[in-house]
Amino acid sequence: MGTVHTAHLDNGLKLLVKELHTAPLVSVWCWYRVGSGDEQPGCTGVSHWVEHMNFKGTVNIPRDEMKGIVERFGGSWNGYTWIDQTTYLETAGKDALDTLLFIEAERMANGVYDPAECESERTVIMSELQGGENDPDQLLDTEVTASAFRAHPYRHPTIGWIDDLRSMTRDDLYGHYRRHYVPANATLVVVGDVDAEAVLRQAEKHFGGLPPGEPTRRRRPAEPKQLGERRVLIEREGTTAYLKFAWHAPAAADADFFPMLVLDAGLTGAKGLNLWSSFRGAPPQRTARLYTALVERGLASAVSGALLATSEPFLYTVSLTVTEGVSLTRVEEAATAEIDRVRARGLTEAEVDRAKRQLRARLVFENDSVTNVAHQLGYFETVVGPGYFDEIGSRLAAVTAAQVAEVAGRRLAPEVRTVGAFRPLERRA
Amino acid sequence: MSVDVSGGLTPVRERLPNGATVLVQRTGFSPAVTIGLAFRAGSLYEPDALPGLAWFAGRVIDRGTASRDADAIADGLDDRGVALKVTTNRHLTTLSCTCLSEDFDHVLEVLADVAMQPVFPPDQIEKRRAETITAIRQDQDNPGVRAAEALQDLLYRDGHPYGRPAKGTVSSVERITRDDLVAHHAARFTPSTLTAVVVGDVSDVRTIERIGSAFDKWSARPSPDRDVPAVPPVRPRRITIEMPDKPQSDIAYGFTSISRLDPGYCAHWMMNTVLGQFGLGGRLAENIRERQGMAYYAFSSFDPSLGPGPLVIRAGVDPANVDRALEAIDAEVGGLGREGITEREFAETRQYLVGSIPRMLENNAGIAVFLQSVEFFGLGLDYDRRLPDLLRAVTIDEVNAAAAAVLVPARACAAVAGPAGGPR
Repeated sequence: MGTVHTAHLDNGLKLLVKELHTAPLVSVWCWYRVGSGDEQPGCTGVSHWVEHMNFKGTVNIPRDEMKGIVERFGGSWNGYTWIDQTTYLETAGKDALDTLLFIEAERMANGVYDPAECESERTVIMSELQGGENDPDQLLDTEVTASAFRAHPYRHPTIGWIDDLRSMTRDDLYGHYRRHYVPANATLVVVGDVDAEAVLRQAEKHFGGLPPGEPTRRRRPAEPKQLGERRVLIEREGTTAYLKFAWHAPAAADADFFPMLVLDAGLTGAKGLNLWSSFRGAPPQRTARLYTALVERGLASAVSGALLATSEPFLYTVSLTVTEGVSLTRVEEAATAEIDRVRARGLTEAEVDRAKRQLRARLVFENDSVTNVAHQLGYFETVVGPGYFDEIGSRLAAVTAAQVAEVAGRRLAPEVRTVGAFRPLERRA
Repeated sequence: MSVDVSGGLTPVRERLPNGATVLVQRTGFSPAVTIGLAFRAGSLYEPDALPGLAWFAGRVIDRGTASRDADAIADGLDDRGVALKVTTNRHLTTLSCTCLSEDFDHVLEVLADVAMQPVFPPDQIEKRRAETITAIRQDQDNPGVRAAEALQDLLYRDGHPYGRPAKGTVSSVERITRDDLVAHHAARFTPSTLTAVVVGDVSDVRTIERIGSAFDKWSARPSPDRDVPAVPPVRPRRITIEMPDKPQSDIAYGFTSISRLDPGYCAHWMMNTVLGQFGLGGRLAENIRERQGMAYYAFSSFDPSLGPGPLVIRAGVDPANVDRALEAIDAEVGGLGREGITEREFAETRQYLVGSIPRMLENNAGIAVFLQSVEFFGLGLDYDRRLPDLLRAVTIDEVNAAAAAVLVPARACAAVAGPAGGPR
């Protein structure tokens, strides 16, 4: 990966800087160690709503000037929120660096949270939620996740429950913002056609005067052991049936994580580990177990698996689109039979070697731009901790077929799974 | 060795003796290579009676060749972490993937085999047919797709190829035979319709040699091209597609516009950026999302096409707000068409588009897409370096003339898919 310059400002802000002179660009990401997994009942969705508010103007960047400030440098900007993190990014011409650091410092300290803007954004986010619910597979995903967890806050969707979106106030938003948007809870990542020493000086100029604050204190209840299979059935108007399995997954730092990642590659094809870019297209999966058992046999038209690096144990999910004319029961039986075979006998040595080769290649593909490199540095620093990103290659290389078989047998047991089905009802005339 | 493209692209272009075109751009982003084999084999070239043939051919083309069965192709790519993507649009069917540099020779060989001699095995046709029908059924349940496809049909009526859904219909896909696929391949997958683009950590000389030898025995006769049929005059209409159980309505609103080859393209591009791209989604998002809080997304897009491409506005809104959203779209479209853009918008947009060129070329895949477009539309190998001046040469009067020519609400078509609440 080349040299990553690491530094801490006196107020606790961590900086990761990497010079990459392959294009005249710079990518700046500011990461906060707070996400929907840190939310309390009644305020679900607050992290994501706050993310939206942080594009609506600051004390020194009036709302009307937010639009255009990055574009002036040909740049793009965005942000996202998930269970462990909230992050903001800009990728623009390298001359934009100072402006981008100014924007992120403003975002950290000087958000306005105008009450009228908060109200306007409430309905924007409700529209975002409703748009997601137009997709039956996404609806099913929300229900399966909520059923798989009893106590842990990973159970609620990042966008929040609709009633919380209706009832939260501007003070809820601003309180969350002030608690978590502090240097001691943030990592600033800069990658691109820059001089690392100069970046450190500029970061000190923009962020050095901010009070440190406190890192987010995580008070997440532990998830009790699942004692039996859980099932969810959604019946709504639609055209297509969907099936989803979820098992409790290892956290990224758990010794099971990489064997599980190899197992997922063997079952559904290797995606990689870049949440920003690696899950947008189909993975190499035509030799994967569940593809050959379901798609090649005509039972499912698509299969996908998802295992992501998270701070605490989240879910490993396998999602299937049922082929027109095939029953949900048949697909569930065939998928279960194949998973049981893998639980009983593991993957072959050849399958494990292939999965590891796939993952090694995907790790190269997902670090192909300044934006992607910056994402990966910040993601693992924020979600898992220092040093982890550098060890991914060696941890992957060390996985054995025996480990894969062991995690398959233990972690994919039917009594600890949640099965969700979407059964389409004919549309009313 | 790192190869700097920050001063602009330096692609090497070669025409092979059999007529195929090859473009290679060396880069040093990562030890990987993106390969794109684009054939003039998009939906424009399928028989009018068989919509979806081009798309379906793309589903089966990589499932068996004269020398490799489906399992061998899968093994050869999966083993190296390579996911072959086959995309079909109005004009092109493109086989593309990214592989490690060390795997380039092998992956190229598999792709060339897939492109040149697919055998369309009957069992694979049936499996992919069932998948395709399922995908069409999924689209029928998707308000966004329903609205967009309905708009295309309104804009390009009377069976114009731009008006077809890319995947076809359930009944057209059910009718496609192996003979249809073989005939489509024979007619459209030939050296003369191929542009091979390779971008990445490879030597250009050696890459051209490798591509030359991968395709050198291929001598299929040149395919006649097909002109884009004239687009019948648009009959402005607004329709509603009832999907009662969906929480949100999707709006697709638009016009036919100009060809990518039109000298006014850059002015139209700037006009569309102001309307529905700049920032969150230009003036449309400023109104519908930022001022009125009605939608998570509201934007416009402007597809480059050989014929008059569509300019499409999209928004997803609460069903109760459909009329308000359509009024807002009419107001923004009409306002821009009548009054044009401001001097500030003009300056910001020009600066933004010029500045965004390096970002378009941020990685191998971005450069590959750019070079395919450059070749397809004949823009010239130095286009990335000429583009800033082309944008700077556009005047505000030209942008406003483009807006006045296209953005007339009375000429718009619109389709709304979702629960009741659309236009009445």
